[in-house]
Amino acid sequence: MVKSYRDMVAEAKLEIKEIDPDDLERRLGKLVVLDVREADEFEQGAIPGAIFVPRGQLESTISTHVPDPAREVVLYCAGGSRSALAARTLQDMGYTDVFSLDGGFTRWKEEGLQWRVPEGLSSDQRGRYSRHLLLPEVGEAGQIELLEAKVLMVGAGGLGSPAAMYLAAAGVGTIGLVDFDVVDASNLQRQILHNLDRLGQPKVESARETLNALNPDTKVETHNVRLTADNVFDILSHYDVIVDGGDNFPTRYLVNDASLHLRKPVVHGSIFRFEGQVSVFDPYHGPCYRCQYPEPPPPELAPSCAEAGVLGVLPGIIGSIQAVETIKLILGIGESLVGRLLTYDALTQEFLTLRTRRDPACPACADESMPPRIVEYDQTCAYPGAVARSN
Amino acid sequence: MPATLRIPTSLRGLTDGSAVVEVEPGKLTELLDDLVSRYPALGERLLGDDGKPRRFVNIFVAEDDIRFLDGVDTPVADGQVVTILPAVAGG
Repeated sequence: MVKSYRDMVAEAKLEIKEIDPDDLERRLGKLVVLDVREADEFEQGAIPGAIFVPRGQLESTISTHVPDPAREVVLYCAGGSRSALAARTLQDMGYTDVFSLDGGFTRWKEEGLQWRVPEGLSSDQRGRYSRHLLLPEVGEAGQIELLEAKVLMVGAGGLGSPAAMYLAAAGVGTIGLVDFDVVDASNLQRQILHNLDRLGQPKVESARETLNALNPDTKVETHNVRLTADNVFDILSHYDVIVDGGDNFPTRYLVNDASLHLRKPVVHGSIFRFEGQVSVFDPYHGPCYRCQYPEPPPPELAPSCAEAGVLGVLPGIIGSIQAVETIKLILGIGESLVGRLLTYDALTQEFLTLRTRRDPACPACADESMPPRIVEYDQTCAYPGAVARSN
Repeated sequence: MPATLRIPTSLRGLTDGSAVVEVEPGKLTELLDDLVSRYPALGERLLGDDGKPRRFVNIFVAEDDIRFLDGVDTPVADGQVVTILPAVAGG
């Protein structure tokens, strides 16, 4: 015998419990409310606090949204039919206290109860970020935090390429890029933001094209300049997190000094031939770059990638780890690399995690009221002395 | 059981390409002397005129920076790993 939709709904309603809108309103906040409609319906208005779980994803995601099967759950749709079928499904899955909202969202509104247009993600964004939304550690609130975050990449080269691409893909809302170089054929062995068509273009412009094509949600801000003592505050102050993928010591010490003034975390990555290092410098909460390396090596002992070579994949690994650390800082999840230095050796395929500490004698960060003077460093990067905090 | 010194890529040109060098356990300064006696060119790269590690080189015994242990007097036990880590700037 063929059953109609109406038969199916009628059968389901015999097996499930229904709740009236005014009963539900009194108990909002005490039970879990799931909106099982489609995204375009949810976006036009929903019950406050409702979690959007379209019926097609109900079985696969319910344990994420409601881990405890004894928890009281109310499902609603537009008229109370789809939610009745969904409630029966949850009962079949072992959920013991499930209700369907009688008359659905239509009756809810007719009775003059409060509803709101949900803030946040569009249906395109729900699709794009669906694999993030499934993670309890990210979810819709976390995705919105990513969309509101502003991250500066120092360098749009080897490290900046994977870091910027993954951050844009993840939906970081604003990515700043500071680099004064132009794309050269020798960059393409590792700098995957760029391509053959962009030879001779400013790297920040090439990067903008790549990132825009990847994710229109990400606003790309370009700074086609060398980072200097004169512009470092102006540029860094707009951002929440600094990703240091520079290629020279003077810039790294300059970024460190400015981050101490601005109290902004720096996600550090550096590479040489087959080895990379990653750490997070959180001003005054952990070591700074100068705690870790009081001085840079003399230039003759520290050849650049241009002089010494670098395995093309290496910045892919290190820059990707920088992207992970940046996302963790934005979301406030996990354990960051503050106070730890992660090293990677591609030849031995080994990662090491070393403990680092804030140096109580560090000239740059020991005294919070006296951050370093901001100066143009030469190759020695000698500590320039302190200056009274301005902010 | 010997202790192990890990040599970073940037210095392997001075250790005939060896990534690790095994030495007798003891105080770190003794291990470094042993290393430098085998590979003399490493000496000026790692150690300053005062015999202490240069300030752009971090040395870790197990996972800890010797600057926060006993410096070059830090004891290195059987089987422990010493990691030599110079600052690198590439990006």
